[in-house]
Amino acid sequence: MNNKYNLDEVTRFALSIRKNAVMMTNAGKSSHVGSVLSVADILAVLYSVVLNVDPANPQWSERDRFILSKGHAGAGVYAALAERGFFSTEILKSHYQNGSNLSGHVSHKNVPGVELSTGSLGHGLGVGAGMAYAAKLDGGSHRVFVVMSDGECGEGSNWEAILFAAHNNLSNLTVIIDYNKLQSLKSPEETLRLEPFLEKWKAFGWSAVEVDGHSYEELISVLSENKQEKPLCVIANTTKGKGVSFMENSVLWHYRSPQGEEFRSAQKELNDA
Amino acid sequence: MMRDTFVSELLLLAETDSNVILITADLGFGIFEEFEEKFPNQFLNVGVSEQNMTMVAAGMAMEGKKVFTYSIGNFPTLRCLEQIRIDVCYHSLNVTIIGSGGGFSYGQLGMSHHATEDLSIMRALPNMIVVAPSSVSEVRGAMQALYEHPGPSYLRLDKSKTECDTKTSTFQLGKAEKVRDGYGVTLVGCGGIVEELVVAANALKFEGIDCRILSMSSVKPIDGNALKIAAQETRGIVTLEENNIIGGLGSAVAEICLESNIRPGFFKRIGLNDTYSSVVGDQFYLRDHYGMNSKHIIQAVRKLWNESVV
Repeated sequence: MNNKYNLDEVTRFALSIRKNAVMMTNAGKSSHVGSVLSVADILAVLYSVVLNVDPANPQWSERDRFILSKGHAGAGVYAALAERGFFSTEILKSHYQNGSNLSGHVSHKNVPGVELSTGSLGHGLGVGAGMAYAAKLDGGSHRVFVVMSDGECGEGSNWEAILFAAHNNLSNLTVIIDYNKLQSLKSPEETLRLEPFLEKWKAFGWSAVEVDGHSYEELISVLSENKQEKPLCVIANTTKGKGVSFMENSVLWHYRSPQGEEFRSAQKELNDA
Repeated sequence: MMRDTFVSELLLLAETDSNVILITADLGFGIFEEFEEKFPNQFLNVGVSEQNMTMVAAGMAMEGKKVFTYSIGNFPTLRCLEQIRIDVCYHSLNVTIIGSGGGFSYGQLGMSHHATEDLSIMRALPNMIVVAPSSVSEVRGAMQALYEHPGPSYLRLDKSKTECDTKTSTFQLGKAEKVRDGYGVTLVGCGGIVEELVVAANALKFEGIDCRILSMSSVKPIDGNALKIAAQETRGIVTLEENNIIGGLGSAVAEICLESNIRPGFFKRIGLNDTYSSVVGDQFYLRDHYGMNSKHIIQAVRKLWNESVV
């Protein structure tokens, strides 16, 4: 946790993720820009304020661990790692390109700072729980953060891990749900109901809070520490496509790559922000 | 039993290495009590949740633990296949999957409990080591070898009590154990069912067919050299596995032979013939029913031998 943060810096960090995400999905003609824009503020808060990591020593044993379980927003993590100094922002241009290390779904191979390759949903939380369990055994004081999507909560493996984390009082484990309420085709409410969502986590034995997932103050406040002897779930209410007006709340941008006039409009909006 | 040997070996490993962790998905009644009592910080029962068991194992292995996951039949393998593929194998983690009750070990419990595709499917995973010991002494050796191996592995334990002729086994990954030497036919098997090869070889000897038996417990990596020599020194090769004949030991042997351009005079795979077992019976009954016991091996070898006479 960086206590000397300032909100302007977080704003700049988040904007950098968004601009790079639009650039990367344009250059690679790739999908999921809406998912990256949705989670950009969460990633900015984590990487500029919350996570105790050292870009010069990515494998530092006392680092906080971060897993992006919704691996399709991998471009956002690559952008955040570059912005944090794990590697050059120049490398981001190789996203999705033949022979590149930066696959569409986040990969740890040859990418410093990525702990776990994901892409198939429902893996991050269980692996994070294993890391948190090991940290408790070893007396480590670092924390494990896992970012999940709402649609991902349809995967049963998550609920196995949710039971496990609560049973073992993994207070060093924090889940953040990017709750943009727009999954692959429609909303969770129309697809596979999650509500009452907060109460579900609580009923499973977690400490659970709901925040505005685009409010830096709220995110920093809940993520800075976990005083409970339970794992923490932060349900972050977000807007899919946040920051580019014509992408907001549109399932189209789960798939569509910004090209031509749409690319220039998105760039202009972010440059003017 | 192989299972007891696995536990006693794990107790020894845990004693000397506090990073050795045993995770069970709520199975192991009567065998893990001592381990849990002696090493409470190295024992974890995650409940009936094989996907989570494997994910937690991966997370712990990332933090430097040497994790053994345990369940029976297909539960620690096929039930959580994608966790094994992505979390364990892609990340090359030190996780040893223990599957107790390979093949028809749990015969009467029914098809859900018959592990008869696991060898094929685990073998297809990059980075994965696959070991199906044919005796308790091989289990002992395999436990040490897999503990020392830094990557993912699958150890398939059998309910049968086979000792075969391998009591002095010096198990090595990628090495076949020559249970019996001979220069007529080579019989290659893995798992407890190798005992059927021994019975068959004893009977065939009276008919003048001299069998070499290779216990190919290390299904992956496989001992290509022993197979090449067998193809040169004996008239033909017959493989046996308590597994579907597609993709398992027999397939692995065939691949090696063809690609090495050393053609055995004859070749036959014996195993479950691309079907699911659906009759009720114990391990020995099912081996017989599905044409995989010593009786069927004898018939098959005799026929191939007679056809191959020049």
